[in-house]
Amino acid sequence: MKKTVIITMCLLLAGPVFADDFTKEDTERWMAQFEQVAAEGRRLWTSPEIGTNGVACAQCHPNAANTHPETYPKFQKQLGRVIQLWEMINWCIRNPLEGEELAADDPRMIAMQAYVHKERRGVKLNPGKH
Amino acid sequence: MSNKTLNGRRDFLKATTSGVIAGMLPVSLVRLAGATESDPEFTFAYISDSHIQHIKGAEFVRNWDRGLIRAVAEANLLEPKPDFVVFGGDLAQLGTKAELDHGAEILSGLNYKMRVVMGEHDYYLDLGEYWSDLYGEHYYSWDHKGVHFITLNSIITYDDWTFDRWESPERRMNEMAGLDNPNGSPFMVGRKQMKWLKKDLSKVSRDTPVVVFSHSPLQKIYKGWNFWTEEADDVQALLKRFDKVNVIYGHVHQIQYNQIDTIAFTSVMSTAWPWPYPESYAQAESHLPILTVPMNRADPFNERDATGWQFMNMHTGRVDLEFNLYNNNNRTVAFNHEKGHPEDTMFSNPKERTPTQSHF
Repeated sequence: MKKTVIITMCLLLAGPVFADDFTKEDTERWMAQFEQVAAEGRRLWTSPEIGTNGVACAQCHPNAANTHPETYPKFQKQLGRVIQLWEMINWCIRNPLEGEELAADDPRMIAMQAYVHKERRGVKLNPGKH
Repeated sequence: MSNKTLNGRRDFLKATTSGVIAGMLPVSLVRLAGATESDPEFTFAYISDSHIQHIKGAEFVRNWDRGLIRAVAEANLLEPKPDFVVFGGDLAQLGTKAELDHGAEILSGLNYKMRVVMGEHDYYLDLGEYWSDLYGEHYYSWDHKGVHFITLNSIITYDDWTFDRWESPERRMNEMAGLDNPNGSPFMVGRKQMKWLKKDLSKVSRDTPVVVFSHSPLQKIYKGWNFWTEEADDVQALLKRFDKVNVIYGHVHQIQYNQIDTIAFTSVMSTAWPWPYPESYAQAESHLPILTVPMNRADPFNERDATGWQFMNMHTGRVDLEFNLYNNNNRTVAFNHEKGHPEDTMFSNPKERTPTQSHF
């Protein structure tokens, strides 16, 4: 019994060495990184530079409303398959914005998705919902 | 008005605009019989929020152009002919001469007398100066068949924002053009116009039906997107001493209606694009009028979805609206005299509603 307790205590003490060790300062720094990318996302969302005709995402989606990031992936009936949010953003870039679509990992696409998700924070995930 | 008649007319419009039926007389939507001197009955059309947007040279955003061109073409087919057409503001996107001229050129295709309302997108570049060259006074009133009509400019704001804050008129226009821009400023009627309104109404008898056209809602729904007029309560206080008041407003690009005291409020659609209901922005509280049965959630794959224009029937001092929606079933919001408020003639019963009318 005594031995078990000692081993457990050793494991607890040794724990942080093996686990991902981070501080409050780290989490604040990481959050600031996210906020910076989301702010760039809002800048792109409200700017004509993503398209070619001067139209911006925010013209139809103020505060990124009616984008429903919590419902993706979902079946998009007009495309006939289950898609992710970035594919829908590209659809809007191609059509109302008359622009060139972005790669899924394009920093601009990631920034815009960060912004969309940030505006929808607190809403429960509901994949597939219509 | 029966559903059958509505469908007949909608079918007519769709068939006509697709060129299937040429020269056929439109099916009349409204009863015109029974109008008397004390209860005049007439119709007018209402087109709003076309947001004509200049790209460069002779290029304009095609999508928004098409919405306005279609409204003008369809309104010219109306039978009975409307007495006049109102344009409800935001003809342009950034208030430039190019945009206002292009929009005015399209509107000039209407075969009717026009009344025009000022929108913030028409105003904040040159404070309505060029718009005035085209359409005259920013606010005015007139009488028509026993009804007193008032057009307000409800989109001005605090002087320090308008005159002292921005380095250029273009910057000022851009800041006000972003609906959700935290650098924007609340819409106002302003002291001078309030004084004018009070004086104008003092000449009108209590039993005269009053119709007010404004760009912004003269009620407070959501300040963050200026679904709002700062002095809404004061304007309502002036209006509610009349027995029958109707306020028609643009700006919101969606169906809304409400009743406050004797005042019936109804919004109109945009010909350009729909806007989300404020409740779908999860980070802020808003107050959609409780009576409203929402418009359909838009299908973004159809560029005319959840856009359209309105046909209005004025009788017994109240306005009934038919929303002519390009790619959805038309909706009718008519004044229910028993209940004393406007209501959707098809979907007021929650059991009748469709999944596309639920917004989240």
